[in-house]
Amino acid sequence: MKTSHRVLGAALAALTVAALTSCGSGSGAGSGAADGSVTLKFLVDNSQATVDTAKALADAFMKANPTIKIETETRPGGSEGDNIIKTRLSTGDMSDVFWYNSGSLLQALNPAQTLVDLTGDPVLQNVQKDFLPVVSQDGKVYGVPAGTAMGGGILYNRKVYEQLKLEVPKTWDAFMANNAKIKAAGIAPVIGTYKDTWTSQLFVLGDYYNVQAAVPTFAQDYTANKAKFATTPAATAGFQHLADVHAKGYMQEGFGSATNDQGMKLLVEGKGAHYPMLSAQLPPLVATMPQAATDVGFFGIPGTDAAKNGATIWEPAGIYIPKTTENLDAAKKFLAFVASPAGADAVNTAVPPAGPYRINGAKLPEDAIQAAKDLQVYVDEGRTAPALEFVSPVKGPSLEQITVAVGSGLTPPAEGAAQYDKDVEKQAKQLGLAGW
Amino acid sequence: MTQQETGPRTGSGTPTGKGHARPAARRRSAYPYALYLPAAVVFVVIFLVPTAMAFYFALTRWTLFDSEFVGLQNFRDFLAEQNLRIGFQNTIIYAVVTSGLKVVLGLLLGVLLTSRLKVRGFLRSVVFFPTLVSTVAVGITFAMLLKPQTGLVNQALALVGIDGRDWLGDAATALLSVALVDVWKGVGLATVIYIAGIMSIPTEYYQAVAVDGGGAWHRFRHVTLPLSWPATYSVIILSFIGGLRSFDLIWTMTRGGPGFTSDTIASIIYKQYQAGFFGLSTAGNVILFLVVTAIAVPLNYYLGKRQVAA
Repeated sequence: MKTSHRVLGAALAALTVAALTSCGSGSGAGSGAADGSVTLKFLVDNSQATVDTAKALADAFMKANPTIKIETETRPGGSEGDNIIKTRLSTGDMSDVFWYNSGSLLQALNPAQTLVDLTGDPVLQNVQKDFLPVVSQDGKVYGVPAGTAMGGGILYNRKVYEQLKLEVPKTWDAFMANNAKIKAAGIAPVIGTYKDTWTSQLFVLGDYYNVQAAVPTFAQDYTANKAKFATTPAATAGFQHLADVHAKGYMQEGFGSATNDQGMKLLVEGKGAHYPMLSAQLPPLVATMPQAATDVGFFGIPGTDAAKNGATIWEPAGIYIPKTTENLDAAKKFLAFVASPAGADAVNTAVPPAGPYRINGAKLPEDAIQAAKDLQVYVDEGRTAPALEFVSPVKGPSLEQITVAVGSGLTPPAEGAAQYDKDVEKQAKQLGLAGW
Repeated sequence: MTQQETGPRTGSGTPTGKGHARPAARRRSAYPYALYLPAAVVFVVIFLVPTAMAFYFALTRWTLFDSEFVGLQNFRDFLAEQNLRIGFQNTIIYAVVTSGLKVVLGLLLGVLLTSRLKVRGFLRSVVFFPTLVSTVAVGITFAMLLKPQTGLVNQALALVGIDGRDWLGDAATALLSVALVDVWKGVGLATVIYIAGIMSIPTEYYQAVAVDGGGAWHRFRHVTLPLSWPATYSVIILSFIGGLRSFDLIWTMTRGGPGFTSDTIASIIYKQYQAGFFGLSTAGNVILFLVVTAIAVPLNYYLGKRQVAA
C-alpha cells in the first residue's frame, strides 16, 4: 500500500505558511532579470574542503560567464544534512544545483522522481566512464563528479618510517611487524579516535579491496543476501584486524575519547605512525601545518597476499540538478564547467586535491600532497576498488558503534561481524530490497 | 505534572473525605470560545495531530516520499534490536542512580542550606547555578574536563597521586561518569525542593525535640526526614522520569559509546532515526511512551496519595 505524502506535505506546508501569515516577498530565486542575467543557487555541505571547492568553482565559472551569478548556501553534513536534502527535494524547495554524496546515499533520494536525467547529455562528455555508475540509478545518470576521489586506507608518517628504516608493508603481517618496531621506539603505532565513532570503520571499510580480490562476487552476493561478513573469511578479516591492533596495545593512550582532529595532529606531528583514515582529511591541514603535505603518505590496507596488494577508494561526491529548477540551461552550463579540466584547475588553486580527479584531461598539480600522489600510483596501476558503499546499496547504520566495540576489545571480532550482518539485515528490510 | 491540591489548607484537621471536591457549579468561562480558537488550532495542529499520526506511522515504513503499511513489523524489529537489552538496563541504572543520588545529596544540601549559615544565600545560588546552564553546554564542558591526559579531572587526581582513567572512553566508567554529571547538574533543583520542604516544617516539632532533650541527630532523624517526605516524592518523580528519557547529556558526552555500552532507549531511537529508519524509530518512540507511562502513572498516583496523607 503506497500512498504519496506529497499532497499531505504540501498541505501542511501551506498551512504553516498561512499560520505565519506575513512571509512576504518570495525569494525570487532564479528569476531572470531584465538584462538576461540569471542567479543560480548552489547548496553545499559546510565542511571546509567542500565550501572552498564550491567557492573556487563558482568564482571561476562566474568569471567565464558574466551573465550567470552563483550564490552558494551551506547545510550541515551527516544525517542531519541528509534530512535537509530530502525535505527540500520533497517540498520542491531545492536550490538550482546541489552537492551531495554519490553511491548508496544518492539512491535514497529517489532520483528518478526528483533529479534531472543527464544521460547522454553533453554535460557528461569529460566525465570518466568508471565514475558514472555511482551517480546512476537504473542506467540513468544524474550527476557530475565534484572534487576528487579519495583513498581510504592507512595514512602514515614518512618521517617515522625514515627514522626507523621501515618499508611500506604489502601484507598485514608486515604491517604488524612494523607496528612492533614503532612501539619499541616509543611512538604510538596506530592512532585510534573513537570519540568520533565514524573514524573507527576504516579497518573494515578500507579493507574492501582485499575482500573483492579474494571473493570477486562479494558485492552482488552481499546485496542479494547470499554472502555475509561473518561467513566470508576475507570480510571478517577487517574486524579481526581491529581486534588485533587493540589486543597488542598498539593504539595511543586515550584512543577512546580522542577526536579525528586530534588524531590527524598526532599523525602529522609524528607522535603516531599510522592512522586508518580517508586521504581527504589532509588538505584542510596544509594551511596550518605545511608538513601535512609532505610528511604524510598513504598506503592501502594490506591483506594476506603481497601480490594482490591494492587500495580502496571513495568516489567523489556528485553535483545534481533537481527537477524543480527554473534555470535548467544555466545549471547544465555550470555542471559542464565543473566536469571539465578547467573546473579541476579552478579547484586546484583553492584546495590541494586529496586524490585523483574523475575528469578526463584533469591532472594533479605538481605540488599535490604526498598522499594524493601515492594514491595516484595505485590508480595508474589499476590496483583500486571502490568502497563497498559504492557498489552495493546495503550499509548498516551501526557499523561505527560495532567497530568501536571490537576495536576497544569489548566485542570479539567474529561476534562483531555477526552483529553487523544483523544490522545490515535491518537496513535492507527498511529499504525493501529484494531477497531480504 | 503532579496533580496536587492547590487550595489553601485551612485548619489542622485532615481533608474531609471527598478527594477531589470541585465547586458545585462549573464556573462559566470567562472568555468567549472564539478567544480559545487560536490556541486550540495550534495545539491540535502541532501537538494532537502529530501524536495521532505517530501511532499510525509506527505501523508503516515511511520516507518523506511515501509509506508502506507493514503492520506490527516495526515493533517486532525494534524489540529484536540487538542492543535493546543493554539500552533498557542502562536506562534503568541511569534513572535509579541519578534519582537516588539526587535524593541523598539534595536532602543533605537542603539541611545545610536551611541552617543559620552566614553565606547561606550565596551557597544556595551556587548550588542552583548548574541547573540554569544548558545541558548540551554542560555535556561538552565535562567531556573536556574528563579527557584522559589533558582533562582537569585527571590532572587534579594526578596531584594527589591517583592515576585517572579515560572516563568516557572506557566501557566500565562511561555510563556512571555521565550519571554523575547529571547529578551535578540536577542536584540544585532537588536541593531547592528540599529547602522548600524543610522550611515548611513547623518549628514546634523542633522545639518539642529540644524540650525532650534530643540532639541534632534526633532532630534530623525524627523530624526533618519524615516531614520532608513530600519533597522526596517530588524529587523522585522528577528525576526518575527525567532519567528514563535521558538523552541530551548522554548524546553530547558519549553518543552511547564506547560501542553500545552507554546506550539508552532514547539514544537507540535517535540512532535509528538518524539512519533514516523513520518507521522503526517511530515505533520505538511509541514503545518508550508506553513504558514511561506505565512506570510514571502508577508512581505518580502512589506518591500523590502518600503526599496528601503526609
